[in-house]
Amino acid sequence: MKIFLRNPEREVEMAGPLSVHDLLARLEINPETVLVIRGDTLAAKDATLADDDVVEIRRVLSGGTGGTTP
Amino acid sequence: MKCRRCRGPAVIDVRRHNAAFCGECFVEHCNEQVRRAIDRFGMLGRGERVLVAVSGGKDSLMAWDVLSSLGYRVDGLYVGLGIEGYSEESARYARRFAARHGLELLERDLPSDYGYDIPEGSRAGRRAPCSACGLSKRHVFNAVALDHGYDALATGHNLDDEAAVLLGNVLRWEEGYLGRQYPLLPAAEGFVRKIKPLVRLGERETAAYCVIRGIDYILEECPMAAGNRHLGYKELLNDLEASSPGTKAMFLFGFLERAHGRFEDEAEDERKELRPCAGCGAPTPAEVCAFCRLRMQAGALVPVELQRTGE
Repeated sequence: MKIFLRNPEREVEMAGPLSVHDLLARLEINPETVLVIRGDTLAAKDATLADDDVVEIRRVLSGGTGGTTP
Repeated sequence: MKCRRCRGPAVIDVRRHNAAFCGECFVEHCNEQVRRAIDRFGMLGRGERVLVAVSGGKDSLMAWDVLSSLGYRVDGLYVGLGIEGYSEESARYARRFAARHGLELLERDLPSDYGYDIPEGSRAGRRAPCSACGLSKRHVFNAVALDHGYDALATGHNLDDEAAVLLGNVLRWEEGYLGRQYPLLPAAEGFVRKIKPLVRLGERETAAYCVIRGIDYILEECPMAAGNRHLGYKELLNDLEASSPGTKAMFLFGFLERAHGRFEDEAEDERKELRPCAGCGAPTPAEVCAFCRLRMQAGALVPVELQRTGE
């Protein structure tokens, strides 16, 4: 399957079938920091990704809130 | 995984609630979390006018979307920061959302309305870019909300933002900041009421909400925010959250319920020292406020102008 990652943008290939949980573990990504999106739809951690799926791993952390002031 | 509510196939899990949701039930869950935050902290009354500070990112667009769907009268405010290749792009997302939902978007632009941009303000003011940006936005958001008579200014700060800010404030024991870190800051002389209705939702939930609701938001990170301390705190907290789900919520809400009150006196003492800025009239502990000083340092405001506007 094709996997797109952002910030920085890159693309990796991985063989399916593979669960979302295992995909993130293999890429050493903390599940708390990303969403996995297949097509236009979120894929839950137990979803199985097929060999011909196109998957985006979208980082959800955004920064910059003006220093430490509330 | 099955949806906790309808038992249909789940698309998102929220580990700290030990729950998973289908798309439709997840949107309901988010609306409920916002409603609970509004009620718990007394953020808004019925029929009040709200201005949402909109950046084009997931959190602020979600705040706008949820508050609108809960029936509040909500307009957006976008402030252009003059960051090349980023500010125009983020403005497009804010405008597109407003147009698609028939909502009103107010706009201000630092370079054309105030005479400087964030790279220049950061350089001239010898501040980190995020510090110059935060200072500028806080000033403009407050000023526009007051000028237009809004009852409250809402921002998209989420649970992760607030937990990371809390960690930073605790590490340095910033007592005044700790006293002011609360999801509701009541209106005061020169200040509009400020509310953070997404405080009960994590960053992963706000992103998931946008994907499910089909809200396009800017995915690129601000190029000037890369490597800042705040992001580092978020990474640390997420490492803790991975091994112990619920840590961020316990940290933040434990502080709000059990420790915040101990710092209110410091915040109150600081508030008592505020007086109107000689330049713009905004409350400040100095003769000239930090926003006007930044403009002066960036060459966008000269002392003559300052005296004239202060008369």
